[in-house]
Amino acid sequence: MIRNDDLELSRRTLLGAAAFAGVFGTLMAVVPAAAEDAGVTTGPVPDLADLPRVQVELVKPPFVHAHEQVATGGPKVVQFTMVIEEKQLVIDDYGTTVPAMTFNGSVPGPLMVVHQNDYVELTLINPDTNELQHNIDFHAATGALGGGGLTLINPGEQVKLRFKATRTGVFVYHCAPGGPMIPWHVVSGMNGAIMVLPRDGLKDGVGKPLAYDRVYYVGEQDFYIPKDADGNYKTYESAGEGYDDMLQVMRTLTPTHEVFNGAVGALTGENAMQANVGETVLIVHSQANRDTRPHLIGGHGDFVWATGKFANAPQVDLETWHIPGGCAGAAIYTFLQPGIYAYVNHNLIEAVELGATAHFMVGGEWNDDLMTQVMPPTPIDA
Amino acid sequence: MATALAHDGRAALALPGLLLAALLVTIGLQSGAVSLWPAAEASLAPETIIVAPRAYAYRAPGDFLRDGRVVDGPLVAVAAPVSLEIMTYQVSAAEYARCVAEAACKKAEPRRRGSGDVPATGVSYDDAIDYARWLSDKTGEAWRLPTVAEWVFAAGSRAVDPALALEGSDNPAERGLAAYARESALGGAAAAPVARGTFGMNEFGVADLAGSVWEWTSTCSSRTTLGPDAETVSHVEACGVKELEGRHRTLMSDFVRDAQSGGCSTGAPPDNLGFRLVRVPSPLEAMLRWLGLR
Ligand SMILES: [Cu+2]
Repeated sequence: MIRNDDLELSRRTLLGAAAFAGVFGTLMAVVPAAAEDAGVTTGPVPDLADLPRVQVELVKPPFVHAHEQVATGGPKVVQFTMVIEEKQLVIDDYGTTVPAMTFNGSVPGPLMVVHQNDYVELTLINPDTNELQHNIDFHAATGALGGGGLTLINPGEQVKLRFKATRTGVFVYHCAPGGPMIPWHVVSGMNGAIMVLPRDGLKDGVGKPLAYDRVYYVGEQDFYIPKDADGNYKTYESAGEGYDDMLQVMRTLTPTHEVFNGAVGALTGENAMQANVGETVLIVHSQANRDTRPHLIGGHGDFVWATGKFANAPQVDLETWHIPGGCAGAAIYTFLQPGIYAYVNHNLIEAVELGATAHFMVGGEWNDDLMTQVMPPTPIDA
Repeated sequence: MATALAHDGRAALALPGLLLAALLVTIGLQSGAVSLWPAAEASLAPETIIVAPRAYAYRAPGDFLRDGRVVDGPLVAVAAPVSLEIMTYQVSAAEYARCVAEAACKKAEPRRRGSGDVPATGVSYDDAIDYARWLSDKTGEAWRLPTVAEWVFAAGSRAVDPALALEGSDNPAERGLAAYARESALGGAAAAPVARGTFGMNEFGVADLAGSVWEWTSTCSSRTTLGPDAETVSHVEACGVKELEGRHRTLMSDFVRDAQSGGCSTGAPPDNLGFRLVRVPSPLEAMLRWLGLR
């Protein structure tokens, strides 16, 4: 027992050392002052005791917790809890596994939804069953490295962060525990997104409100799985054990897998997303590390915020849109025709060979005006 | 079209004179204890089952159009098939490896390859043809892939009828949605190749049908246009694409070793591509079987 603990501790120390020796060593020292500064410069903190508080149960992507599209009442304190889980995930149908790091057990972490000027209050828990230090950097937040500087916790610790959601849009959050730990945690699955809606809801750019009937959250993930001498993907008992090998693959900048929602086929077949003709769907799409170019095969982007920030007018009638790495985007589409739609990263090698394909199953009546097969396949000489 | 695919018993009766001659020759050979077939590497001959003749029906393979709409293919009834000698198990990875070692077969796709007594997977139709040629050379026997009709005959209760029974719908999306839902629901078997025999035997003793390996057939992809009385108006074959049988019948280009979904292809892809062969009886064996003597 003691020996095991010693081993675990030494591994932990080893991995933690990189974080502390890197950017974070100095960061940790300056954070208390920086955080206080941030509080002062943004003006007096309102008496949050007067604000209504709501507690949100997060749900596993591609689903999104129930929320208002147009806020009723003034700003609230919206409370979330996320438990960090280090665990093995199967990422393709060959049974390839990754020793993953996750927010709340899923890749991506759950989509959080609030309204502008709400206060996001997150309790982040790192159970002692984990081996590594983690934190959370919200691209939606202001100061302290997005909150990363205030949330670094060891296994067995928890922390509570509050930030004001001052800007609207969809934003990535991710773990960023310093130095080489940062990309490694992100490509091990530790990322997600938050949606900050305008209090009066989404608009089309000329003032007309946009409402959606369904919302889906697609989190795109690049994985870098090492192979053995025979070309088979290696497995590791823990994330730490695979660190050195994975770093070598990461440095090639060539992912072995590029998937939606944690695995090849996570959003196809029985897990395909559903909609009906006439329904308007909001697709939130994040990629914390690498550029992507979503495309709905057989449909369009009616209103697209490719870089995800709702204070900008959406682009309309898009075929493919570009979401830079480290960003979330949002697209609205009203389905006009029934059938199977493929929603892909339109680098089709990444879509087909590496896994970045999702499906929509859309029911409803066919519109002959939009499309008709005038002549079925017929021999040329007939 | 349908008769070309069925293995009808009447074909075997077309050569009675030849068969009789062969029988007479053999009686002579057998009395002299002379080996009838070159069996230099008889150990390579895989275990087979002879599926006895019975009346059966199979869904005609290929795409069918009627009144400009996609419809289910007709059900083809075969009243008097001949018996069929088919491998009990799919060709194993170890068996396939021998062919590779002799440079008569190409290596299987590594991502879809097992080792030992698991089915050979990650193999294309072309690979299967190479293997059949090699095995035939080695054993002095005639081995080939089954047709769809033969596969259904041997699969018995394990064969899955691809009919969707959606005739009459004006909605061209409905068939696609129904096929997608059905193929999705068929999932759940082990994706990686597992030990031969894992999926059990059917009523004839044929193993691992409709398990995690889809089997190549020799049947070409085709499109048939039917007239008002279900008569064939046109029939076009595309032999670069072959029918696969397994948990669902599907089509695949003959050089593909690893079926993958993604992009515009929206169906549920086969987990693994493999094959089993049928042994073509010599004219003599055919006659003996027909006479019920073997
Ligand atoms: Cu982390």
